[in-house]
Amino acid sequence: MSLDVDAGHRTRTLPSNQRRHARPPGPRRLLSWLDLRAAPYFFVSPYFVLFAIFGVFPLIFTLWVSLHDWQLAGDKTFIGMENYTELLADDKFWNSVVNTVAIFVIATVPQLLLALLLANALNKRLRGRLILRLSVLAPLVTSVVAVAVVFTQLYGRDYGMVNWLLSLVGVEPIHWQNASWSSWIAIATMVDWRWTGYNAIIYLAAMQTIPKDLYEAAAIDGASPRKQFWGITVPLLKPTIIFTVIVSTIGGFTLFAEPVMFGSGLMTGGTTGQFQTVAMFIVKEGFRDFQYGYAAAAAWILFLLILISALINFALVRGLGRSR
Amino acid sequence: MMKNTRRGRLLAAVAVGALALSAAACGSDDPAPSGAASGSASAPAEKVEITLQTFGGGENFAYDEAVKAWNASHPNVQVKYVNLTDRFEDTYLPQVLQWLEAGSGAGDIIGMDEGAMGLMSARPQYFADLSQYGLDSRKADFPEYKWNTGINKDGKLYALGTDIGGMAMCYRTDLFKQAGLPTNRDEVSALWPDWNAYLETGKKFKAAMPKVGFVDGANTVYNSVLAQEAGKNGGQVYFDTNQTLIVDKNPGVKAAFDYVQQLSTAGLTAKLRSWTEEWNTGLQKGSFATMGCPSWMLGVISGTSGEGNANNWDVAAVPGGSGNWGGSWLMVPSQSKHPKEAAEVLNYLTGKDGHVAAFKEGGNFPSSLPAQQDPAVADAKNPYFNDAPSGPIFSASVAKLSPVFFGEKHAQVKAAVEEVLVGADQGSVKWADAWTRFVEEGVKASG
Repeated sequence: MSLDVDAGHRTRTLPSNQRRHARPPGPRRLLSWLDLRAAPYFFVSPYFVLFAIFGVFPLIFTLWVSLHDWQLAGDKTFIGMENYTELLADDKFWNSVVNTVAIFVIATVPQLLLALLLANALNKRLRGRLILRLSVLAPLVTSVVAVAVVFTQLYGRDYGMVNWLLSLVGVEPIHWQNASWSSWIAIATMVDWRWTGYNAIIYLAAMQTIPKDLYEAAAIDGASPRKQFWGITVPLLKPTIIFTVIVSTIGGFTLFAEPVMFGSGLMTGGTTGQFQTVAMFIVKEGFRDFQYGYAAAAAWILFLLILISALINFALVRGLGRSR
Repeated sequence: MMKNTRRGRLLAAVAVGALALSAAACGSDDPAPSGAASGSASAPAEKVEITLQTFGGGENFAYDEAVKAWNASHPNVQVKYVNLTDRFEDTYLPQVLQWLEAGSGAGDIIGMDEGAMGLMSARPQYFADLSQYGLDSRKADFPEYKWNTGINKDGKLYALGTDIGGMAMCYRTDLFKQAGLPTNRDEVSALWPDWNAYLETGKKFKAAMPKVGFVDGANTVYNSVLAQEAGKNGGQVYFDTNQTLIVDKNPGVKAAFDYVQQLSTAGLTAKLRSWTEEWNTGLQKGSFATMGCPSWMLGVISGTSGEGNANNWDVAAVPGGSGNWGGSWLMVPSQSKHPKEAAEVLNYLTGKDGHVAAFKEGGNFPSSLPAQQDPAVADAKNPYFNDAPSGPIFSASVAKLSPVFFGEKHAQVKAAVEEVLVGADQGSVKWADAWTRFVEEGVKASG
C-alpha cells in the first residue's frame, strides 16, 4: 500500500520523470524503471506481506469475529458489542485477569532485580567468567514444557521435593494447586527459572557499554561500589530496563504453558480457576466451549490490557532514575 | 485411544493468535451439498478411495490389520487410514468442526470420541443417514447404550460404535491383604453388590489402613454412580431431550453428588485427580487401593505402575454391575463424495471382524456383541492383573448399561461440574457450598 503512494509521489515531484513519461514507453525502459523504483520495495516486501497475512489480518479478523455470536460449525449472528459487555461482567474473566497480573508481579519484580544483581556480579573480574555467563543462560535453552513438568513434580503434594524440604522444618504438606497464593508462587518460580538468566545477559551486555572512566571518577570521589551501582549503572541501564520490562509485560500477560502444565494440561487452571490466566481463558472459551466470538473478544481485551500495562510500566520505569 | 484423549497432558503450545487463524480457516457458511447427488452415480468399476480419519496415541483405533485385510479383498474400494493426531479435544475436534463447516477436508469416515457425541448429535446436517445404506439392520449387534448414542437429534442413525470402555473395579491385592480383606476377585466382587456396600467396605479398609486411600478420587466413582442413576431417570443426565439444562432437577445427579460427598467426607479418597503427576506417583506407590477401571485403564495401570507392581493389581466387578467410561464411534460426513462405499467400509470396521482385529492389534474392547463373544475376546486374560479374565468382566458391565442422552453441551457441563467435585474433594471448595457451586458452574457452562 505504501509502495504505490511513495512511488507516485516521487514521479510527480521530479520534472525529469514527467518528461520521460511523455516518451513512448519501451519494454526496456519499463524494466529499468521497475529496477530502480519497484525493486527495493519488492526486496523488503516479504516481511510486510507475511506480517499482513499473519499479523494484521488475524488481528482484524479476530475483531470481526468478536462482534458475533460465532459458534464453530454452528450459528453466527452479528451481536455488536454484546460479547464485550458480557465479558466485562464475567467474574471468571476478571478472575483470570487478576491471576495473570498477580503472577506477573510476583514473577517479574524479583526476576528483574535478581537479573540486575546477577549481571553486576558477572560484570566483575571473576575466575571462569565465560562459563558462569553461559550457565545463567542454560535454563533458557531448556524447553518450557520440560521446565514446567519438572517443577510440577517438585511441587507435588504427596511426593514433591518442596513439600519434603518443608516437612524437615515441620511444615504440613501444601497442595500447591489448591490455593491462589501457592499456585501463583509456584508458577512464578518456573517463569523466573527460565527468564532471569536471559534478562541478566541483556543487562550485562548493556553494562559493558558504560564507560569505565565514570566509575573511576566516582571511585576517586569516594563513592562505594553500592553507590556506584545505583548512581551510575542503573540510570545508564534505563533504556535496557525499559526494554526488559516491556518484553516481560508481554510475556507475563500471555503466560500460558507453565500454568497449563501445572494444572495437568487443563484450561481451567485449578478447580476454582486459582491459576487460570487470560490466555488459558481464551483457549478454554474458543477451543473447549467453541465460543469463538467470546474468545475473540477476550483476545482483544487482552491486547488492550497489554498495551495499557506496558505503557504504565514504561511510565513507572522512566521515573525510576529521576527520583535518585 | 481413550487414554490419550482425556489426558491433555503433553501441551500443544496453542498460541492465542492461532484462535483467529483457525477461525479464518472456515470461510463458507453453508456446507457444500453432498457429492452423492452430483457424483457419477458411483459406477462400481471405478476405483474409489475412502479416507478414514481417526485420532489417538499409541495404537489409536488399531485398524492397520483390518484395513489391510479389506484392501486386499476390495481392489475397487481402497481405504486410506490416517490417524491425524493423538489429541482429541484441542486438535482433532476443532479441526473436524472446521472441515464440516467448510464443506471439505473431512474424511469419508471419521472417528469421534464419546465426549463430542452430544455436539455431533445436535448437528445432523453434517452427517450421512446410515440407514439409507442399510446399516439400521445392525441394531442387534450393539448394547443399547452404544446404539442409541449413534442416533442424532433428528432420529437418524449417523454413527456406529467402535470400542467401549465398560467399567470394572481394579483393586490392589497386596493392600487388601494387609487390611484383612479377601483378595480373590470373586470374593471381592461379592463385597460390593451395590455402592453402599462399597462405602462400607471402604470404611473397614480405612480402619485397618488409615494412611492409604480406598479410592483414588472423586471422578470415576461419580460417573459410574451417575450412569446407573441416570438409567433410573430415563437416561437423562445434564440435559433433557429438549436440550434444557436439568443439572439441578435431575435426582440422579444429586444422588451421585451425595454419594461422592459421603465417600470424601469419610476420608476414603486419596484426593487425587486422574492424569496428574500425583496420581501417577500414587499408582506406583500404592496410595489407594481401588480405582474405577474402564477396559483401556488396564493398559494405563500396567504402564504407569510398572513391572514392580505386576500381580499387585486385580480386576473385580463394579458395584451396581454396570458402567462405562469412554469409547468411540465412526460416522460418514455428508460432504463425502462416496457415501455408499464409505458406509460399506464403516459397516465392516464396526462389524465383528473389524472389532476383533482392533482388539487383537490394540486391545480396544469391542462394543460389538458378536465380537465380545469371539474367543479372541472372551477368553482373553490379562497377565499383569493375575490373569484376570478381562473379556467377560467388561462384557457384563456394558450388557445392562442404560442408554444416556448427551445434550449438545454435555461435555462442557460435565467438565465444569466435575471440577467442583474435585475441588470439594481436595478442599478448595467447602462441601457446604459445593452443591450450589456445582449447579452454578453447570448453568454457566451451558450458556
